Amino acid sequence: MRWGVVVFPGSLDDRDALRAAGCVLGDEAVALWHKDRDLGGVDCVILPGGFSYGDYLRCGAMAKFSPIMEAVARHVRDGGLVLGICNGFQILCEAGLLPGALVRNRSLSFVCEPVTVRVETAETFFTHGCRAGEVLELPVKHGEGCYVADEATLAALEREHRVVFRYTDRAGRPTPEANPNGSLQNIAGLCSAERNVVGLMPHPEHAVEHLTGGADGLRLFRSVEAWVARGAAAGPAASAPG
Amino acid sequence: MPLLARVHVTPKRGILDPQGKAVQNSLHALGFAEVQDVKVGKYIELRLREAEPQAASARVREMCERLLANGVIEDFQFQLERDGR
Repeated sequence: MRWGVVVFPGSLDDRDALRAAGCVLGDEAVALWHKDRDLGGVDCVILPGGFSYGDYLRCGAMAKFSPIMEAVARHVRDGGLVLGICNGFQILCEAGLLPGALVRNRSLSFVCEPVTVRVETAETFFTHGCRAGEVLELPVKHGEGCYVADEATLAALEREHRVVFRYTDRAGRPTPEANPNGSLQNIAGLCSAERNVVGLMPHPEHAVEHLTGGADGLRLFRSVEAWVARGAAAGPAASAPG
Repeated sequence: MPLLARVHVTPKRGILDPQGKAVQNSLHALGFAEVQDVKVGKYIELRLREAEPQAASARVREMCERLLANGVIEDFQFQLERDGR
């Protein structure tokens, strides 16, 4: 499959995302410049972590107006896959492609540590290789990762099983201690109503090799690969969940 | 005469404002016990080309809605005045 990683001025984790997709998975992986107006036929777009536009005004507030984001929005409308990691998640929320917003960590401190998250649903392109309820270890590193949304949005997310990851302890309990940033309902990641856009604060692209601290993230990337392969085998009209 | 827009962006009621909470705690520690709530927001000044105030006001509102504030978490208000600078 073909991955595209968007590079904004101030992106930081684009190289790790490219490395995960290109070197570790062995797929085709291309960098997309924020001024590009098309996505070059990629199957899955990654909006990487970092500090796009210096986090000026609000995290992701400037990046949402980059020329490439129009192409990303079109890709989403056409049912294409988009993954936003950390700053990428913030950008997706700012752009209205995912609901809610990410605000300053409740502790006011930058957090940089491994966390455990529970996979809440396997019904997405990103998690179908996992079982719902499984606990993964992934690193976080952010200052603005506290997920907030109004009551109605939170209720809809839960009802529609759109919370994809929740911060939990190793036993899968969503305790306050397991929540690194104060996110409402311990939400670490979610998907769009059509389930083709996923955003999360933890960094799966930093967890793809045992040599560097764990490979739980690799399973998520492999899910995408399998999803795309299945869609390709079934023909272009049948890339929806089977 | 050019116009000056003074824009205030504040966290919406009910949205966690840990920064405001931290400032409030510090004020309490300093003995300012009368402080009941603190919200920390942003102040933005825009200098605008001369324009009819009603049209300018509509434009500033659009700027706030599209970029300066995020309606999910923030409220905004602004005043327009003649920029005598």
